[in-house]
Amino acid sequence: MKDRFNLYRFASPAVFYPLAGALIPYFAAVAVVFGLAGLWLGMLVAPTDFQQGEGYRIIFIHVPASWMSMFIYLVMAFWAAIGLAFNTRLSGMMAQALAPTGALMAFLSLLTGALWGKPMWGAWWVWDARLTSELILLFLYIGYMALTAAIDDARRADKAGALLLLVGVVNIPIIYFSVKWWNTLHQGSSINLAKSSMATTMLWGMLLMAMCFWMYSIAVAFMRVRTIMLERERNTEWVKNLLVGGEK
Amino acid sequence: MFKIITAVVARDLRLAMRRQADIVSALFFFVIVVSLFPLGIGPEPDLLRKLAPGVLWVAALLATMLSLPRLFADDHRDGTLEQLALAPHPLGLVVTGKVIAHWLVSGLPLALVAPVLGLQFDLSREALLVLTFAILIGTPALSGIGAIGAALTLGLRGGGVLVSLLVLPLYIPVLIFGAGAVDATVTGLGGEGHLSLLAALTFASLGFAPWATAAALKIALE
Amino acid sequence: MLEADNLECVRGERRLFAGLGFRLEAGELLYLQGKNGSGKTSLLRMLIGLLPPEAGEIRWKGQSIKSDDFRADLCYLGHLNAIKEELTPLENLLAAAHLADEELSEDDALDALEQVGLAGREDLACKYLSQGQKRRVALARLVKEKRPLWILDEPFVALDVAAVDWLAGIISGHLQRGGLAVMTTHQLVDIPAGTVRELRLS
Repeated sequence: MKDRFNLYRFASPAVFYPLAGALIPYFAAVAVVFGLAGLWLGMLVAPTDFQQGEGYRIIFIHVPASWMSMFIYLVMAFWAAIGLAFNTRLSGMMAQALAPTGALMAFLSLLTGALWGKPMWGAWWVWDARLTSELILLFLYIGYMALTAAIDDARRADKAGALLLLVGVVNIPIIYFSVKWWNTLHQGSSINLAKSSMATTMLWGMLLMAMCFWMYSIAVAFMRVRTIMLERERNTEWVKNLLVGGEK
Repeated sequence: MFKIITAVVARDLRLAMRRQADIVSALFFFVIVVSLFPLGIGPEPDLLRKLAPGVLWVAALLATMLSLPRLFADDHRDGTLEQLALAPHPLGLVVTGKVIAHWLVSGLPLALVAPVLGLQFDLSREALLVLTFAILIGTPALSGIGAIGAALTLGLRGGGVLVSLLVLPLYIPVLIFGAGAVDATVTGLGGEGHLSLLAALTFASLGFAPWATAAALKIALE
Repeated sequence: MLEADNLECVRGERRLFAGLGFRLEAGELLYLQGKNGSGKTSLLRMLIGLLPPEAGEIRWKGQSIKSDDFRADLCYLGHLNAIKEELTPLENLLAAAHLADEELSEDDALDALEQVGLAGREDLACKYLSQGQKRRVALARLVKEKRPLWILDEPFVALDVAAVDWLAGIISGHLQRGGLAVMTTHQLVDIPAGTVRELRLS
């Protein structure tokens, strides 16, 4: 790892702060581009579904949001592991910065799932295995945010939250498996994506929207992590210089 | 290795014997919560029989949750938890002892009372047997997983509610397999599959959870 | 035997100390001094191994204190008494020894309780004792304590003159037997010992 020494440099909040600040506009711009492309494909180009009419188009929000909610949790767990193993401060801050966006994605997935389900099934909520697992994922996010908010000492909050994330990541497959089992035994309804017959345009639309959400998440997480850094390191030299210098 | 576990179990049991009010009140909580459901839903025997496994299991989850803060909070408050962490034994083994003692005092009584409550719901003899057995082998997992939550929230405000938020999602597999075992018995499919999965969950949580709990305790003791 | 090297402590967002080091040999006593909030308790918690230092290392008998062996040689007495109120003083002493893998006969335990002035109260649950008496149960642990390293956080607090002398004697005896002790205290107590070192945190 010839770059190891360089990478370590970016683990310092003082170095990462301006870097993140510089990168945010780029991520935001890319997010907008992907979003426009994805929405264009999803809303205008993709063919009308024979059975579900126009309403199905909400999957272009629903599916990417589900993917992102899961992905963000894994990224948070990754930073948790790094933070516990190497005792780096930035990892904990990054995990805390990502949490609200992850929770938002999970909530968005549930909301759009309900909006999709109502015209299809006539009910705002069906206990579909995927939606139920998504709900439990939302609980895991909220648990993490509640725990880190309840601990005053930032380092202890990071470490406790990290441990909770690792326990959660181990449990997610178990929870998903048990919910699927429960769902099939009780012959619950399921929202079918009929992946085999999915038009390529639909898949592309969802992928583009997923990229949009991903870029958005990074941009927002960077913004949040900068705020967290300022708050936590307010007594250090670099923050004091920053505020005196009047820099943004 | 077993010496320290038995020493901790004996210590916690002796302490529990001198503070019986705590244990009995958690048990009565279980009984009251179970009795609330028919009052809320109506006394139709068919409906109650269908709901019984879920109701009893949810009440068991809540009763266990109620007793979780007791696991470490008292020892933390009087300084004995520190001494346990400073003992020349791996903290994970000490935690295993505490979890076993917690189950003996909180989980086992639930399993003994559950069949009596099941009668209130007019469950068949076979269903009652499977229910009791399921609660017996499932509650150790609840104690084990719950210990992680209790350790993470040690000394924090909003204690009880915060622990519930962290731990209840992790309890869901135990709930599904535990209640599912009884359901399967009632519908004639046989509960063996569920019970084996439940047993697997218990073994896995008793094997791994104490080490996660020990790590959480060390974070809390800093 | 006890070595601290280049220790750094960060609590909350403040750096309490950095580059701190010392060496303590058998028979020596280390006085930790400093104002409240200077990091004395944090340093003690680092020495007992519950608080990982931000930087630096602590070694016992040449090996890192992260090993199990270190805890077998350590006796820690903090602000809290570490006694269970539901148990009697006798049960508390025996339980503490048992947990530490130490041999303590009932006779020895009773003798220790007698030395701290709790004769006749050994079989009363600790919740019925006064605060001072509970503190004495905690201190009674030191009477028959055989482990070599003692780390004591303000052991003389709230003790009367006779008790202070008694405890000073116990610590002195421990040092003379080749033990080591690290202590924080606000009161300077004269403890007859080989070498007394002072570490002042500012």
